[in-house]
Amino acid sequence: MSENATIKTLDEVAVRFSGDSGDGMQLAGTIFSAVSATVGNDICTFPDYPADIRAPQGSLTGVSGFQVHIGAGRVYTPGDKCDVLVAMNPAALKTQYKFCTPQTVIIIDTDNFGEKDLQKAKFETLEPFQELGINNEVIAAPISSMCKESLKDSGLDAKSALRCKNMFALGLVCWLFDRKISVAEDMLREKFAKKPEIAEANIKVLNDGYNYGHNTHASVTTTYRIETTARKEPGLYMDINGNKATAYGFIAAAEKAGLKLYLGSYPITPATDVLHELSKHKSLGVMTVQCEDEIAGCASAVGAAYAGALAVTSTSGPGVCLKSEAMNLAVMTELPLVVLDVQRGGPSTGLPTKSEQTDLLQALYGRNGESPMPVIAAKSPTDCFDAAFEACKIALEHMTPVVLLTDAFIANGSAAWKLPDIDKYPAINPPYVTPDMKGHWTPYMRNEKGVRYWALPGTEGFTHRIGGLEKSGETGAISTEPENHDKMVHERARKIANIVEEIPLQEVEGCQDADLLIVGFGGTYGHLYDAMTILNAQGYKVGLAHFRYLNPLPANTAELLHKYDKIVVAEQNMGQLAGYLRMKVENIHLNQFNQVKGQPFVTAELVQAFKKILED
Amino acid sequence: MDEIKTYTAQDYKSGQPRWCPGCGDHAFLGSLHKALAELGVPPHQIAVISGIGCSSRLPYYMNTYGMHTIHGRAAAISTGAKVANPDLTIWQVSGDGDGLAIGGNHFIHALRRNIDLNMILLNNRIYGLTKGQYSPTSARGFVSKSSPYGTVEDPFRPAELCFGARGQFFARCVAVDGKGCVDVLKAAGKHKGASVVEVLQNCIIFNNGTHDSVATPSARAKNAIYLEHGKPMIFGENREYGLMQDGFSLKVVKLGENGITEKDLLVHDAHCEDHTLHLKLALMEGPDFPIALGVIRDVEAPSYEMAVHEQIDDISSKKKYHNFKELLLTNDTWEVK
Repeated sequence: MSENATIKTLDEVAVRFSGDSGDGMQLAGTIFSAVSATVGNDICTFPDYPADIRAPQGSLTGVSGFQVHIGAGRVYTPGDKCDVLVAMNPAALKTQYKFCTPQTVIIIDTDNFGEKDLQKAKFETLEPFQELGINNEVIAAPISSMCKESLKDSGLDAKSALRCKNMFALGLVCWLFDRKISVAEDMLREKFAKKPEIAEANIKVLNDGYNYGHNTHASVTTTYRIETTARKEPGLYMDINGNKATAYGFIAAAEKAGLKLYLGSYPITPATDVLHELSKHKSLGVMTVQCEDEIAGCASAVGAAYAGALAVTSTSGPGVCLKSEAMNLAVMTELPLVVLDVQRGGPSTGLPTKSEQTDLLQALYGRNGESPMPVIAAKSPTDCFDAAFEACKIALEHMTPVVLLTDAFIANGSAAWKLPDIDKYPAINPPYVTPDMKGHWTPYMRNEKGVRYWALPGTEGFTHRIGGLEKSGETGAISTEPENHDKMVHERARKIANIVEEIPLQEVEGCQDADLLIVGFGGTYGHLYDAMTILNAQGYKVGLAHFRYLNPLPANTAELLHKYDKIVVAEQNMGQLAGYLRMKVENIHLNQFNQVKGQPFVTAELVQAFKKILED
Repeated sequence: MDEIKTYTAQDYKSGQPRWCPGCGDHAFLGSLHKALAELGVPPHQIAVISGIGCSSRLPYYMNTYGMHTIHGRAAAISTGAKVANPDLTIWQVSGDGDGLAIGGNHFIHALRRNIDLNMILLNNRIYGLTKGQYSPTSARGFVSKSSPYGTVEDPFRPAELCFGARGQFFARCVAVDGKGCVDVLKAAGKHKGASVVEVLQNCIIFNNGTHDSVATPSARAKNAIYLEHGKPMIFGENREYGLMQDGFSLKVVKLGENGITEKDLLVHDAHCEDHTLHLKLALMEGPDFPIALGVIRDVEAPSYEMAVHEQIDDISSKKKYHNFKELLLTNDTWEVK
């Protein structure tokens, strides 16, 4: 026991929970994040879990990790490295050690570091720390046996009791960071509301973990406190991940538009949680249909749009491949539809649980014919709400399918979110036909924005036929007239191009007269922002133009890209945004930073790469 | 209160059909107009949704709401439309290629869910619009442009798929048999839940004569049986034949022979939940058996879109949040002051 333990105040800290995929690390991490957010810290989380449902126990492929970055002020990423690593077994230690710095405190469950456990993790000796060359401060606690001891009178069988060991680790971490565990207790009671005995067992182990730290000081020299520097706007906050925020955005948009929300979907990682979330909210009138396939997910949404719902289909890249034909039907019939693509590693099945930005060109161009479609990319877990809302607004007001791009990183990652005041969000006004149009209305008559009017089936006096075949712009009848087709192709393009009037100009964050402009889109925002901040603090002049609107691009895109001598487009693909910008803007030179690892960017690597460009 | 308006076939007509002269679709379209007029659903409350193929052009000839969609997806698109607006009456039109090949998955799942769609399957056993390839209902050995030496695969029998997918309504008619068509279309329209109507339709260009055995009134008298719920199963030019059950099978008997009278015949029960005999009837074919026409199965079951909305209503009455603001407050929140 160290009697000399001191309390150190930190601005930020990253904690990584890791263990076997059955060890409950995601839950421990989620609760710790929520507890931290509740005391006013900013948080950013990154669940990093394997694609296997349950890999062999103790194996290297079965390690599940959850990193949370906690800040006194704002934090934008889950952090490159962690300050505390919880490694519940040798496999976790071996695979996660790369996220440690020499100062990282490592917590291990010594009960799981026996000979067999070490063999499973392919250690060659019985000295894992020596073997990996680890000299860090280690809290070696017999977590499993203390967990069992803690629950010996609970009536739970040994297996169920052992399942609570993640709470022991959580209790220990809560003690280390001076966190009140009452919030965690409430969360556990809610989570296990139907199994109160399990809730109480978890709470007991949680407390015992906390007390173990308190009583023994866990042999550490320092515990930590992250003060809140209260930079946040006043208001009510919650912890939300990107998929939930996306679902909430759809719900809010439907309410604003006065429409029922329809989701046609098919389960696919990492988008399924949107289906789960929306399926819960029947009391808001949300209709969710789990379809027979991805195709039906999109096709049924087109049908729902035709019938007058706010129609959404949710998927990931492989699903977009299957949906593209029905998306094109929505282009041709000019019906509102939102296609959510939570991007994951590709091609084909690729890396289902990992994150990439490799679907940009698929979203922009992955259909037959001239098929313009607005594309919007959310930049963070909480931004998914606004991006989803905007995607719906554009779809409904411009009678077009819209692709909303998020990715596995922001979909699963969470952050503190100020509850939005929905009254302050803009109205959504679809261009419905009006009674005075009766008699002379045709399906492809357009308003001043080039948008056709929406006549909902059931409305008397507006029966009409639409479909995938080209139609006469005047009469709405099938037409193969060359001039008409050319005109309709242009009108569909113009309709999408016109949306530029309603989207804000592209802003540059950081240094306005930068020597280097970083350009990015989507879920890499946090890392790019951090890299920019670090470089500017080091005396460089760096700006960030992070694109939310990919089609149409903001009106000042060309002007902005011509303004900077050095530009680097940083993206998690082989250069899709860079290539697209080169096509859209003449005479620009773009440097590229591309990584396709399925993992978030590492801020330090960005800083290094950008410095090199600055100094070249 | 509004007067109950009556409609004529004319009220449902639009445009000039462009099918080949002599195509069975012309006659069927006329019967559909007539059946809709008799059902009396106002045109603006109807959506006709089709896939791709000759028969899928049909919505253009209807003065209703209509959508000519993409190949195979009509049932999926109709599903979304019906869930989103259960008040719409939806007629979903497909051919054998559209409905059973590229759209086979949507076809069976629409039936499994029992969503209230009137699903028309115009079966000419050929791909017409692409000019003559064998379809999933073409017989083994069928010679076509894509099977010049005959196909080496067996066809689907639509009724088998329908019942295999737990379909609760199956009827069959011959496209050129006006009364037969109108009768089953009306029955399909009245049935709540997925109703499949298989229309035996001739393709005069690429598969002429495929349904010749039932193409004329006299041929039907000889080779078909009109099934009517509650009526004994009698057929033949002089109504001299009947159907009886024989062990696990059906058999054709002659009335008066071996002392067989009408009382010995099977009486059609379209409402029987067990579909075993419905399937046997639907699979009958010549020369040993008559082809079954009329409503073969018509069983009430909960329809999907009603269940969706009943669940929404039920959960709504139990949950305490009914708008977005209330939804937000169901989460664990903390206040920053």
